[in-house]
Amino acid sequence: MHPAYSVIFFTTASGAGYGLLSLLLLFALLGLVSPDVWLGLTGFGLAFVLIVAGLLSSTAHLGRPERAWRAFSQWRSSWLSREGVMAVLTFAPAGIAALGWVLLGEVSGALAWAGWAAILCAGMTVYCTGMIYASLKTIRQWHHPLVALNYVVLALATGAVLLDTLLTMTGQPSRQATWTAVAALAIALALKLAYWASIDSANKSYTVGRATGLGRFGKVQPLDPPHTEPNFVMREMGYRVGRKHAARLRLIAALLGFILPAVLLAIAEQAGGAPWLNSIAVASAAAGVVVERWLFFAEAEHVVMLYYGAGAA
Amino acid sequence: MTTLPQTTAKKLGLVIDLDTCVGCQACATSCKEWNTGGYSAPLTDQNPYGADQHGAWLNRIHSFEAGEGDASRTVHFPRSCLHCEEPDCVTVCPTGASYKREEDGIVLVNPDTCIGCKLCSWACPYGAREYDYGHGVMKKCTLCVDRIYNDNLLPEDRVPACVRACPTGARHFGDLGDPSSEVSQLVRRRGGFDLLPEMGYKPVNKYLPPRERRDGRAANAASTALPESGGGASRLDKLFGWADRLLSR
Amino acid sequence: MKPKVEISAPVADEIKTSTCYMCACRCGIKVYLKDGQVRYIEGNRDHPVNRGVLCGKGSAGIMQQYSPARLRAPLLRVGERGKGEFKEISWDEALGLATQWLGDVRDSDPKKLAFFTGRDQSQSLTGWWAIQFGTPNYAAHGGFCSVNMAAAGLYTFGGSFWEFGEPDWAHTRYFMLFGVAEDHASNPIKMGIGKLKARGAKFVSINPVRTGYSAIADEWVGIKPGTDGLFVASLIREMLKADRVDAEYLVRYTNAPWLVIDDKGSADHGLFARDRKGNPLAFDKKTGKLTNAMLPDIAPAMIGDFKLKDGRKAVPAFQLLARRFLDVRYAPERVEKETGVPADTIRRIAAELAEAAFEQEVVLDVPWTDWAGRKHDKMIGRPISMHAMRGISAHSNGFHTCRLIHVLQILLGSIDCPGGFRYKPPYPKQTPPWLKPSGKPRDVAPSEPLGGPHLGFPLGPDDLLVDENGTPGRIDKAFSWDAPLAAHGLMHMVITNAGNRDPYPIDVLFLYMANMSWNSTMNVPEVLGHLTARDEKTGDYKIPKIIYSDAYYSEMVAYADLILPDTTYLERWDCISLLDRPVSEADGPADSIRQPVIKPDRDVRAFQEVLIDLGARLKLPGFVTDKGKPKYPGGYPDYIVNHERKPGIGPLAGWRGQKGEAYGVGAPYTKQLQRYIENGCFHFHKLKPSMHYYKHANREYLDWALQMGYRGTATPIVFQLYSEPMQHFHLAAEGHGPVVPPKHHRRRIATFFDPLPFWYAPFEGSLLDDGDYPFAAVTQRPMAMYHSWGSQNAWLRQIHGANRLYINAARAREMDIADDDWVWIIGYKGRVKAQVKLQEGVNPDTVWTWNAIGKRSGAWSLDKDAPEATRGFLLNHLISELLPVRPGGYRYSNSDPVTGQAAWYDLRVRIEKAEADPARTEPFYEPIDTPWKRDLPDTLRFGEQFRRDRWRRGS
Repeated sequence: MHPAYSVIFFTTASGAGYGLLSLLLLFALLGLVSPDVWLGLTGFGLAFVLIVAGLLSSTAHLGRPERAWRAFSQWRSSWLSREGVMAVLTFAPAGIAALGWVLLGEVSGALAWAGWAAILCAGMTVYCTGMIYASLKTIRQWHHPLVALNYVVLALATGAVLLDTLLTMTGQPSRQATWTAVAALAIALALKLAYWASIDSANKSYTVGRATGLGRFGKVQPLDPPHTEPNFVMREMGYRVGRKHAARLRLIAALLGFILPAVLLAIAEQAGGAPWLNSIAVASAAAGVVVERWLFFAEAEHVVMLYYGAGAA
Repeated sequence: MTTLPQTTAKKLGLVIDLDTCVGCQACATSCKEWNTGGYSAPLTDQNPYGADQHGAWLNRIHSFEAGEGDASRTVHFPRSCLHCEEPDCVTVCPTGASYKREEDGIVLVNPDTCIGCKLCSWACPYGAREYDYGHGVMKKCTLCVDRIYNDNLLPEDRVPACVRACPTGARHFGDLGDPSSEVSQLVRRRGGFDLLPEMGYKPVNKYLPPRERRDGRAANAASTALPESGGGASRLDKLFGWADRLLSR
Repeated sequence: MKPKVEISAPVADEIKTSTCYMCACRCGIKVYLKDGQVRYIEGNRDHPVNRGVLCGKGSAGIMQQYSPARLRAPLLRVGERGKGEFKEISWDEALGLATQWLGDVRDSDPKKLAFFTGRDQSQSLTGWWAIQFGTPNYAAHGGFCSVNMAAAGLYTFGGSFWEFGEPDWAHTRYFMLFGVAEDHASNPIKMGIGKLKARGAKFVSINPVRTGYSAIADEWVGIKPGTDGLFVASLIREMLKADRVDAEYLVRYTNAPWLVIDDKGSADHGLFARDRKGNPLAFDKKTGKLTNAMLPDIAPAMIGDFKLKDGRKAVPAFQLLARRFLDVRYAPERVEKETGVPADTIRRIAAELAEAAFEQEVVLDVPWTDWAGRKHDKMIGRPISMHAMRGISAHSNGFHTCRLIHVLQILLGSIDCPGGFRYKPPYPKQTPPWLKPSGKPRDVAPSEPLGGPHLGFPLGPDDLLVDENGTPGRIDKAFSWDAPLAAHGLMHMVITNAGNRDPYPIDVLFLYMANMSWNSTMNVPEVLGHLTARDEKTGDYKIPKIIYSDAYYSEMVAYADLILPDTTYLERWDCISLLDRPVSEADGPADSIRQPVIKPDRDVRAFQEVLIDLGARLKLPGFVTDKGKPKYPGGYPDYIVNHERKPGIGPLAGWRGQKGEAYGVGAPYTKQLQRYIENGCFHFHKLKPSMHYYKHANREYLDWALQMGYRGTATPIVFQLYSEPMQHFHLAAEGHGPVVPPKHHRRRIATFFDPLPFWYAPFEGSLLDDGDYPFAAVTQRPMAMYHSWGSQNAWLRQIHGANRLYINAARAREMDIADDDWVWIIGYKGRVKAQVKLQEGVNPDTVWTWNAIGKRSGAWSLDKDAPEATRGFLLNHLISELLPVRPGGYRYSNSDPVTGQAAWYDLRVRIEKAEADPARTEPFYEPIDTPWKRDLPDTLRFGEQFRRDRWRRGS
């Protein structure tokens, strides 16, 4: 699949935003951080910026962004619509909780309810994003049980890296936050590795012969394409990444996205807080996750390409 | 509405005869021609007179070779929306622009409400949905919904443009939900098949397979060679064998 | 909420019928017009040619109509030839200049005008204009297209494949298609094959390449190019050996029993023995005497030696034929290697043919009367039909190969019978038609019209257009010893001969709709050289003046001096006449018109209008009244209605006479065009069933055809298995008769003018070493493109925007060549770089590509980096118009020695891997400029205007 940068930015940025939002509220609700004004302003501010920027970016992928509002209507059948609805819904409890935090300096009582609701909504939004992909039977690499989980865990892991860094920066470093981030990164990496191993070992069950129904006559190969220049389907679904190239990129994604941030955060925590290490960890995680997401698209093979010369899918 | 109808009154669709299609592209260009001014108008073309020319087409004709060497064959393969009974392309649509009609089962995209998110094209294994770069919305075969009920056309012309144009008669249109319709009978008679049935979308359109060849490898390869007339005589004698026969006529 | 779909929107303000011109098929169309624009074009269901269907090209007609390559105004060249630098001029200036150039030539030496038209569908007008002008140098493009088909058919059975006949699709049981055939009658053939498929009749395709029709054939015979004749000869041998020929049919309809004089060395050896009245003789077994072979109810001998009155020996033609084909040379085992067709396959197909012909007779309960007045209560047919076109025609052995196919058809008794191959009226004609070529050197004089039509059918050396030294009278050397039966001329030789001033220089080259600087010419590099070569003394171009008419900015435009811009096919009047290439059906004659369905938005005029105008300006006989005024002041439509070629016979056969009551023959009818339009722009005259078959010998049909002016007499057509005109040329080559070929031509004439067909290897291959050039290289026309026209069409150029070289997959792997690799295609003339596609379904010794996709950068108003120029290629650069040089040898054209048909498909090449970088085809010619600013859109939104209309109405 063609890796569209608007979608890569959207899913990674808003994922991190939702992760940060959820963890910030969770830590406050559990009493692990205090709802300090500065933390509220920077934490919610960053989360909302990431979320909104991501959502705006996602509309750049649309042919008719001015009609984007229509996407809220089909939540009964469409994961994309559900994602849109949840994204908007999340703003209500999250907004209330954030306002309470910043204005009243507390997250208790009704505000606690709003906080818990915001966490749930954020999680569901990211889950919906994952399910947009996981529900597509046409793409073996996406139609996979780990995909939605990957999305949620990665959102949490990137959110945790941000939270730990924010706490460090705002002068209330938290061991719990650090180890949450390290654990989340470890789990996310484990899941990602499992995912990669799984898609690599799975059978490519679809062939041109099956796609055309002509397999009964022997091996099927395209002779002439319908048109001599690439069309939409080939441009959108025909992206292919070389096997070696993909392996290198996976390594980069694992190192930058997971291992390096975890190590840096751990060192920083052991050193009693080192904002510059946190900054590097954030940058590294961002780069790694972007590579991970790029690969998520680039490695996805769409069944339709069988009609255009792909051997199997 | 992108939830699917429980049932449709009819299952209108196409039956495409791979044994008869010569790959002439008549169905492709007649489709483009009708639809660029029809329900989904326009079907735009990018770089129409330059490099990297491409455009939105609702029907595309591939050619494949199946088998190798002497046992191989060439098959022309028109590909367009199959108007599936249970298509994901409809249910994934976030706006309701994509929908399946209850009255005849036609899968349509409303060009006025589509936001161009392209998700439906991702959900379709058949490549039936074509994003229109110039229009910003998704286009697809409408089964010429603006022809088949059109009172401004002669009754015999109320068929999809591709069927109307096809010179070899390789395309058939009808109600595949009605077991007694001509298309349903044709499908039964010729062993019509679904594309990728394992995907579970239940395509309405059917393909008729290429028939057995009747060449030397055919199981029913009949006669081998002609017997020689006049037994083992010399060539000149044989020539004069003609004389006998013709003189006695 | 369900969206409202407007399912019954009005589709047009107006629907006009006309005739398609996206290829040579000439289907009836209905053009839907909305707001003065073309909304949709569909096939006309009533039309006899296409019965409502329309092909991929026809359905893309809109994009041809709105092509940016349309010429906009008359142009006068201002830069060097080939640069594309022009200035726009007025029609007055353009026509004034043309009149001056042409008038000077006509007044001094009319042969210095060479007027050749390409894909012209108005040859009866253009040819007639050239007659009145007085130049002997006129032809259309048939010489590089299909003259082998036409000549072989007409000399053999008075008809032809091409579009002049068709298989009896309703009854045939066994259909054999030779070579590519997508160029003519394309929709009728598709419809016909569809019918065969529905009925389960067997369809065999003999073709080196398995695409298109061949892909759906029940049997594909992947023969080596140029060997079809050998394959057919072998089938004939099998038929004769097994005694599976229709002897009754041969006696009735052919010259098989005619006696041939056997007197080696004499001036009439090999000619038919005739009585004093000139009737051929046969030996009647009933009376035991020699008798007039044309008498009905004789029992002629087909075998035996007979003594003529003068004591000399004569044998029936059939005996000579049988001797030839029973020769072991044509045994299946012997031809297996040359043809690439296994001997078993040949034997099996022969057996299948015999079975279909003789065990599956088709009997129609239709009474009819034969030429001799004998009544038959049934029509009985042998349901074998065949069709061939370019794949047979475009070889230097095409004439004889095509004759071989006809001989096989005739031996099986399958010409114009139920289930067989059927004539389309006005065919059949005589064998050959009674029309001799005009324009002998002594008959060409200043300011005088030519004595008759340029193109005809010589019966012997006397009819050649040569002077007393044997020098050709025509610039293309048609009807000379180079190409004696060049019934369509040799358009492919005009520029080369004019450039070489061989046989003489010309002053004006006048071309219409023929891309002679690119895909319609052989040997592009050298032909471009001739077009731009200057005389060393005068500094003028060697071809001093070139006038060209085309509707589009083709490659040829850049090489002309004066451009007369033509209209598109939807903007013009036209007539598809029975005097020309008709659109008839086997059940009856048909003709048709084009009417302007939209007004040109540019300063262009239909070429036919211009030609009639020029005729009047030049005061050509027939184009002006006795008082010197234009005879057709109403232009082309005036001509179509009022011109009479013979009294009562004009361009259109329908609705003639005072009130439009007459068909075929009658006075001009003022409302004729109106009647055509009311009838869908065509007229189809369906014959009675009793006239549907055996037209060559059907009394009722023959009498009717005489009335219609199709023929000079109502005598039956006798199929010429043995061709006496060929023997006349053969005898001349042996020194007999008053007109004999110059010495250097004699061996060639003696060899190839054989009264019986035979097979020989195509010339180019036999002059080159097989080891150096192991592959035959051919092209096929894609079904969605016609010549080079399609590349300006925004839709069609998406389908074929570049082309590959197709190589047999197994052979490619042996050469370590994979899909997408780049290779050099190397012929003896040069090399072309192309990208490869491997294919299973292609003969292992053949490579091929799609025809006419490759474009000169900048032509057709495309961007200069369009893939047509960067990834498209032509084989034309490698195909020579002359044969390879032989030591001391005269250089013949690369053509059939009998007809002069261009041997496009004789090309031999070798393949070598090329560097992939740059990934671009070669040769790449310097781009040509357009005479106007290119303002090409990034996005084409055709159809949007109709949508806005929908909203405006608020539905």
